[in-house]
Amino acid sequence: MRWSARDVRSLAVGLAYLAPALVIFVVFVFVPLGKTFYLSFYNTRSTGAITTFNGIDHYIDLLTSETFRSTLLATGLFALYTVPVGIALGLILAVLLNQRLRGISVFRTMMASTIAISAAVGSLIWLLLFNPSLGLLNYVLSLVGVHGPDWLIQPTIAIIAVSITTIWLTLGTNIIVLLAGLQGIPEEIYEAARLDGARGARMFTRITVPMVSPSLFFLLVVDTVAVLQSFTQIHLLTRGGPVDATRTLVYSIYLDAFQNFQFGFASAESVVLFLLIMALTIIQFRFVERLVHYQ
Amino acid sequence: MSASGAAIARTDSVAAQRRRPLPIRKVGSYVLLTIVSILVAFPLLLALSYSFMSEFDIATFPPPVIPAHPSLDNYGKVLATIPIGRYLLNSFIVSTAVVIGQLITASLAAYAFSFLIFRGRQVLFFLFLATLMIPWEATIIPNYMTIRSLGWLDTYQGLAVPFMATAFGTFLLRQAFMQIPRELWDAARIDGSTTFRFLREIVIPLSRPALGTIAIYGFLSTYNQYFWPLLITNETLMRTTQVGIAQLRFEESLRWGLVMAGVIMVAVPTLALLVLGQRQLIRGLTAGAVKG
Repeated sequence: MRWSARDVRSLAVGLAYLAPALVIFVVFVFVPLGKTFYLSFYNTRSTGAITTFNGIDHYIDLLTSETFRSTLLATGLFALYTVPVGIALGLILAVLLNQRLRGISVFRTMMASTIAISAAVGSLIWLLLFNPSLGLLNYVLSLVGVHGPDWLIQPTIAIIAVSITTIWLTLGTNIIVLLAGLQGIPEEIYEAARLDGARGARMFTRITVPMVSPSLFFLLVVDTVAVLQSFTQIHLLTRGGPVDATRTLVYSIYLDAFQNFQFGFASAESVVLFLLIMALTIIQFRFVERLVHYQ
Repeated sequence: MSASGAAIARTDSVAAQRRRPLPIRKVGSYVLLTIVSILVAFPLLLALSYSFMSEFDIATFPPPVIPAHPSLDNYGKVLATIPIGRYLLNSFIVSTAVVIGQLITASLAAYAFSFLIFRGRQVLFFLFLATLMIPWEATIIPNYMTIRSLGWLDTYQGLAVPFMATAFGTFLLRQAFMQIPRELWDAARIDGSTTFRFLREIVIPLSRPALGTIAIYGFLSTYNQYFWPLLITNETLMRTTQVGIAQLRFEESLRWGLVMAGVIMVAVPTLALLVLGQRQLIRGLTAGAVKG
């Protein structure tokens, strides 16, 4: 394993090409990650300057606090309401769009349009839709005899409102990914199944779903991570309220770091966020991927 | 392309055998697709419609869908209320800078990971991919402090530089570069071409589609950012579009027609990009899903 002069020279050339990207990753990803861990063991002034070593006290405070428990609950509910519904809806719409019809691309562009919509734009539109007096949502519900809730004021409903907005925002991506998955299914498989007498729902559960399972799995991982990182919808719709019902982990980091200026404590929350996303991704790869059918 | 062409031909022959029941099914499909498309795009269409309504019309009951007296007043009011032109300019400068930065850093890195052979390449490649596992939000506190200590709050470089490298883009480009025949590389070496010249004159021109994907993806995601620009800009004139229009939500009296006009003005560039660059965007989104 000795390094010859040629090894060193070729490494130097390689590093020269990697340097621009590497510098940015080191300065804005790796060092900050390390610094987040470091800060989580310290107390800080409101400027962010480190004052005293605090050991694991921030973590103890975090794990024993009522707020943190409700933060985890809000984060979990948000993911639970958003990801499965978003993927299921995306699959239904993708199947609908996977037809060979003249002009289908117009429908595809229309349904995929939310890809281009930012979270800020989407949230402002849904803020209007959820409005109890001006909003169209409760009016439409009243037409079918349902008395619409105060979407952003009732704690149990507010997290649903944020989830609905998020589902809409991610729908375009979900549709595009699943449509590509559907288009990769060879026609022969459908024909063979048809000859075996498979129809409708059976065809869908036995052929379509297993065949797009790699895309479904990809979305499960990507959407879960994206939901756990969401900030904009919460900031513009509910600001974490009412009574912390939509205070997710990311929003809690924002409030503790940039409103309360407790950078040490917020860093401990950031570490939890990092570990949570890491753990969920590993779990998904270890357990859920077994159900995926790769060709 | 040829595979899907064959698939189309095959369904047509199947269709020919059962020509009769098809038209009704087709009409049904169109009706269903129209209804569902309008439902999905409804919030956006509604925003467009509200942007032409007066506050008075918006407040009528039942909530209107089509403007009774369409006017462009709200757009004029947006221009008078917030410096939206400046916001758009800021967003364009930052997004373009990020795209250029990403194209350069990703091309150089992908080139090293595909054509150059050196010890430690695997480890470094793994290091690049590891950045995908680190959520930006988990590192946002130290990053904010870095930008502040550099004196980059309220600057374009503060908004752009942290995003000028992309692991996903590097990976995508590496896949594209590996499609380029090795013989071209050998031939160039024999001709005495330098390593860098080969990248510039052969590899880059041959990889335009992948570069287009990275450019569109990078532009869209930077333009649509909210959290980071919210944190590091305070001056009104340094705000980006997303932060700028969201300010309208926190005004004393919420003027919905005005907000929706702002929303449309901010969303038009990205919607145009979607229509123009749909193919590149789809390639980027589906690159990860193909092999899990």
